Amino acid sequence: MRFMLLQNYGEVESHCAPMTEWDPADINAHIEFQHTLNKELIDSGELVDAQGLAGPDVAKFVVWSGTGTPVVTDGPYPESKELLAGYRLVDVESLERAIEIAAKASAAPGPGGAPILQPIEVRQVMSAPDPEV
Amino acid sequence: MTDSSGVEGLLRTLAPQVLGAVARRSGNFGDAEDAVQEALVAAASSWPRDGTPDAPLAWLVRVASRRMVDQHRSADARRRREELAASWSLADLDPLPARDDTLVLMFMCCHPALTPASAIPLTLRAVGGLSTREIAAAFLVPESTMAQRISRAKAKLKASGARFALPSPDERAERLRSVLHVLYLLFNEGYATSDGPDLARNDLSSEAIRLTRDVHAVLADDPEVAGLLALMLLTDARRPARTRVDGELIPLAEQDRSLWDRALIAEGVALITAALKQGRLGEYQAQAAVAAVHDQAARYADTNWKEIVALYTVLERMTANPMVTLNRAVAVAMVDGPEAGLVLLAGLEERLGDHHRLHSVRAHLLARAGERGRAVEEFRTAAARTTNVRERNYLTAEAARLIAERR
Repeated sequence: MRFMLLQNYGEVESHCAPMTEWDPADINAHIEFQHTLNKELIDSGELVDAQGLAGPDVAKFVVWSGTGTPVVTDGPYPESKELLAGYRLVDVESLERAIEIAAKASAAPGPGGAPILQPIEVRQVMSAPDPEV
Repeated sequence: MTDSSGVEGLLRTLAPQVLGAVARRSGNFGDAEDAVQEALVAAASSWPRDGTPDAPLAWLVRVASRRMVDQHRSADARRRREELAASWSLADLDPLPARDDTLVLMFMCCHPALTPASAIPLTLRAVGGLSTREIAAAFLVPESTMAQRISRAKAKLKASGARFALPSPDERAERLRSVLHVLYLLFNEGYATSDGPDLARNDLSSEAIRLTRDVHAVLADDPEVAGLLALMLLTDARRPARTRVDGELIPLAEQDRSLWDRALIAEGVALITAALKQGRLGEYQAQAAVAAVHDQAARYADTNWKEIVALYTVLERMTANPMVTLNRAVAVAMVDGPEAGLVLLAGLEERLGDHHRLHSVRAHLLARAGERGRAVEEFRTAAARTTNVRERNYLTAEAARLIAERR
C-alpha cells in the first residue's frame, strides 16, 4: 500500500519560532533527524520518494481555458501556509505502519530538542504507476 | 571467469564501438541504437554465466546485427531486409576506427535539434553504454518514462535529418560546443547533490568525466575540450570535502583540504596549464583556471584572489553572463573588502532579477561588512528562493548563526 505523507507551510502545533530564528545546533539536529528517518525508511525498504519543495515565494499558479494565454499567478500568496512544503511517499504493509511513520515525522525536534508537533497529512495513493513497468 | 563488474566495464567500453559499426553499416542510427542496447542486455546476462567470448566486439556486432535484421522481418520489408543482409555479408569485421566512432556518436547524441534533457540520456545510453534502467535510476524517473524520452530523442534526430557522419568542417566548432555543453550539464547534474539516493547521481559526474576523457582522447589538441576535462577533475577533486556525513554542504572556505584528491588536482592542473599555453582562451579554460587557483591554495586564506578577479574579468568579457559578474564581486570583495563587492552587486538586480544567488552573495558580504540585520534578511530571502534543499538548509543555518551571534 502506498501512502503520501504530506506537510505544508502552516504553523506547527508547538507554535515554535520560524527555523531561521532557532539555535544553529537545533537546526542541525532537525536536519539530521530528517536524514535519519529517510535512511531508516530506505533500509526498511519502505521509502519510494521523499522531496522537499521550493518555497511559496517561487510557486506559481496556472489556470488556462484552452485558448489564449494561460493565467499565471506569482507569489507571495496570502494563503501560502496552505501550500505543500514536502512529502514522503512510502510503500508499507498497512495503514497502521503509515501512521507510525507519520507520527515519527511529526515529532521532529525543534528549539531545545522539543518536538515541533508538525501535522502530517496521511493520504493513500489510489493507484501508482509501477516504476518497474 | 570474469566477474559481473568486469563485464559491465567491458560492455561500457565496447558500447560506442559496436554502435558505431552497426550504425555506419545500416545507415540507421535509431534502429541500430535499439539493437545494440538489446545486444548489451543479452551480453550482460550471458557473459558472466558462460564466460566472455574470445572476440567480444565481434560477438556484440553480430548479435546486434541479427536483432536489426529481426526488426525488419515483415513481408513488406523483405526487400530492405535482403539488402541489409547482403550489405553485411560483403564486408567482414574490418578493424574499427573506434575513437572516431565515439566522436561521431557524441556529435549525433548532442545534436542541436535536441534539448539537453533528451541529449543527456541518449548520450549516456549510446556512448556511455548504460542501460535505460540505470539512467532512469540516476534521474529518479520510472524506467518507462526514460525509455520514452530516449526514443523521442531518436525520433527527433531522424526527423531533423541528422546523418551518422562527422559534421562538416565549417559547422564542427559549433557542434563541438553543443557536445561540451551537454557534458558540462551532465557533470553538474551529478555534482549538484539532491536529496534521495545521492550515490546514483554522483555516478553521473563520473560518467561525464569518462565521456569527456573519450572526447579528449580524440581531440587532444582542442584547448576547450582539455579545459572542460580539467574543470571537471579540479571540481571533482573537492568532492570528498564538500559534504558532511549527513550530506549537508560545506562551503569552500570551511572545507578540510587534506581530503581533496591530490592526484585529480595534479592531472587537472597539468591539463589546464598545457591548454592555456596554446593561447586560445575559452570559457571552460577560464573556469578551470579559477578552479586550479582554488585547488592550489593550501588554506582558504592563501587563495590568490587577485588572480581570480583577473580570470573572472576575462570571463565576463567573453560571456556577458551576470553569474560571472556575481562571482567576480565575491572575488573583488576578498581583495578590496566587502563594500567593493556590494557596489558591483548593485548593478546586477536588473539582469539577474530576484535570483537566490544574488541574495546569498549579498548576505555574505553584508555579514562581513558587519551589517548583521540586513544580512539575516538577505539569507532568509535567499533560503526562501533557492530550489536546492541542501542550499536552503545551509542558508537557513547561516541566518540562525548570525542571530545567535547577536544575542
